[in-house]
Amino acid sequence: MEQEMLSTREVYGKTLVKIGTRWEKVVVLDADLSKSTQSVMFAREYPQRFFNVGISEADMMGTAAGLAASGFIPFASTFGVFATGRVYDQIRNSIAYTGLNVKIVASHTGLSVGEDGASHQTLEDIALMRVLPNMMVVVPADGRQTEQAVEALASYKGPAYLRLNRPKVPTVIPGDMPFELGKAQILEAGKDLVFVATGTMVSAALEAAREMGKEGVKAAVVNVHTIKPFDEALLIQVAEQAGAVVVAEEHSIIGGLGSTVAEVLGESCPLPMLRVGVRDKFGESGSPQDLLEKYGLTAAKLVSAGKTVLSKKNR
Amino acid sequence: MQVLSPTALDELNLKSKKLRRDIVTMLHQAGSGHPGGSLSVLDILVVLYYKVMRIDPENFQDPERDRFVLSKGHACPALYAVLADRGFFPSEHLSTLRKLGSCLQGHPDMRKTPGIEMSTGSLGQGLSAANGMALAAGLENSDRRVYVIMGDGETQEGQIWEAAMTSSHYRLDNLTAFLDANELQIDGWCKDVKGLEPLAEKWKAFGWHVLEVDGHDYAALLEAVQKAHSVKGLPTIIIAHTVKGKGVSFMENQADWHGKAPGKDDFEKALAELTD
Ligand SMILES: Cc1ncc(C[n+]2csc(CCOP(=O)(O)OP(=O)(O)O)c2C)c(N)n1
Ligand SMILES: [Mg+2]
Repeated sequence: MEQEMLSTREVYGKTLVKIGTRWEKVVVLDADLSKSTQSVMFAREYPQRFFNVGISEADMMGTAAGLAASGFIPFASTFGVFATGRVYDQIRNSIAYTGLNVKIVASHTGLSVGEDGASHQTLEDIALMRVLPNMMVVVPADGRQTEQAVEALASYKGPAYLRLNRPKVPTVIPGDMPFELGKAQILEAGKDLVFVATGTMVSAALEAAREMGKEGVKAAVVNVHTIKPFDEALLIQVAEQAGAVVVAEEHSIIGGLGSTVAEVLGESCPLPMLRVGVRDKFGESGSPQDLLEKYGLTAAKLVSAGKTVLSKKNR
Repeated sequence: MQVLSPTALDELNLKSKKLRRDIVTMLHQAGSGHPGGSLSVLDILVVLYYKVMRIDPENFQDPERDRFVLSKGHACPALYAVLADRGFFPSEHLSTLRKLGSCLQGHPDMRKTPGIEMSTGSLGQGLSAANGMALAAGLENSDRRVYVIMGDGETQEGQIWEAAMTSSHYRLDNLTAFLDANELQIDGWCKDVKGLEPLAEKWKAFGWHVLEVDGHDYAALLEAVQKAHSVKGLPTIIIAHTVKGKGVSFMENQADWHGKAPGKDDFEKALAELTD
């Protein structure tokens, strides 16, 4: 079966045009990367409602806050590194603290940024955004989910961070599965262990679950597209059933989904878990494939983590 | 004052042609990267690394060496070509650019590449680092000098102007900045994205000694650097008017060639233009 591959940033550009048509209050900002973030699609359609502030990301976030304070719905996009750490205090004070209706959209995140190297590969953005009060953090698993997320965020009122990717990603979420911000999705049921994954790692988690299935292990797969607010109830329910958890994300193991899950399980139902992610390192140049392999963000790595938690559970 | 003899000029012209070949070759082999800004900045690097800077590839960590910061880090293929040619590392490494495990990262990494003094890639940060290096030279009563190159689009970053005030406030006359004024950024002409003019007046208003030259004219660049050295109490910025993609006709003045590598056909065409 040919799997559909979609570029999440292309879907972002197209969906911006769609919501721009529906809501005249939608405005879009970019910082000299509109061809990369694909916000250029909106710019072509609605030049009056598009602001390219140049290479001035801090200024972009402040400007977005001002637009939101005046009743507009700004989507501000650039690469993940420049959309978060680069402008952290502008986001903290002008967007999160104020609770203003700004959508921050990061087009290039994680190791799969590839050849540009460590300076451009944010592995800490989820952590940075998650710790801010009022900030919603959304990481779609595929192209179609990106469309659902952008649409949902346009009607949601409040600050939000949307994390997208440079390469195309396989479509993994069934077309008829309902999408609701803040509600995690069970993609596979399973009683032996659960893979909790986000973004690009959801497809790897599904593959790992299939692999383990061949050996008779029933692994559940949960897609966490909204890391904050986190769907604690669903996690606790599936984790308690399975008794072992592996978390997968294209992000540092510190502060992201792995930490979120560990926090919840630690407080509510401690059980064997492992975090698969980048282990407190910066990235480097290389092809996305080579990097994911080198840093252990693969289905094979998830399978071996799965076996490890299983053995701990059965001890 | 050092003046370039006709033979010296010929040598530089030959050298820069070779380095431009290295740049397009490296980018072609890498399959990604930034030709436009590498080709526009090259001639400034040539003057600095072959005529101006006190550096010794054999002893590249000499505390008394001059310092260089490529604030517009995406143009590192130009710097890598120059550093390899000057012997900081073997030229064979150039073909590993941007590949897994290479010492030549997609953006400069001071921990991986001999001769790189500051990791850059996130625009707008290099002038601050250069200020720090210039202040350090002062604290140590050293006559070493600091050079930094910024992109023109890059000066839309607020930090550049914070740093510009720091340089003049501390009278950093051991600091020479260059602006690679090719008038283009990624999304088009700077004047259309977010205008920078009046450029020279802005830097003057920030307390800088400002010079403007043709950024592909070695004699003019060298003369400007020497003028900068003679000015006391003020930092100097040399606004170098350049052509993005310089030397490869179909890349010149094209925003599209900012960040894509030449494929086989374009690479061969480029190489032909750079060979005589
Ligand atoms: C902080 C930051 N924002 C955005 C980018 C992405 N980016 C890389 S190069 C570039 C354009 C640079 O234009 P300019 O400074 O004029 O450089 P040049 O024309 O010499 O290539 C941009 C926006 C970046 N590297 N850093
Ligand atoms: Mg420029």
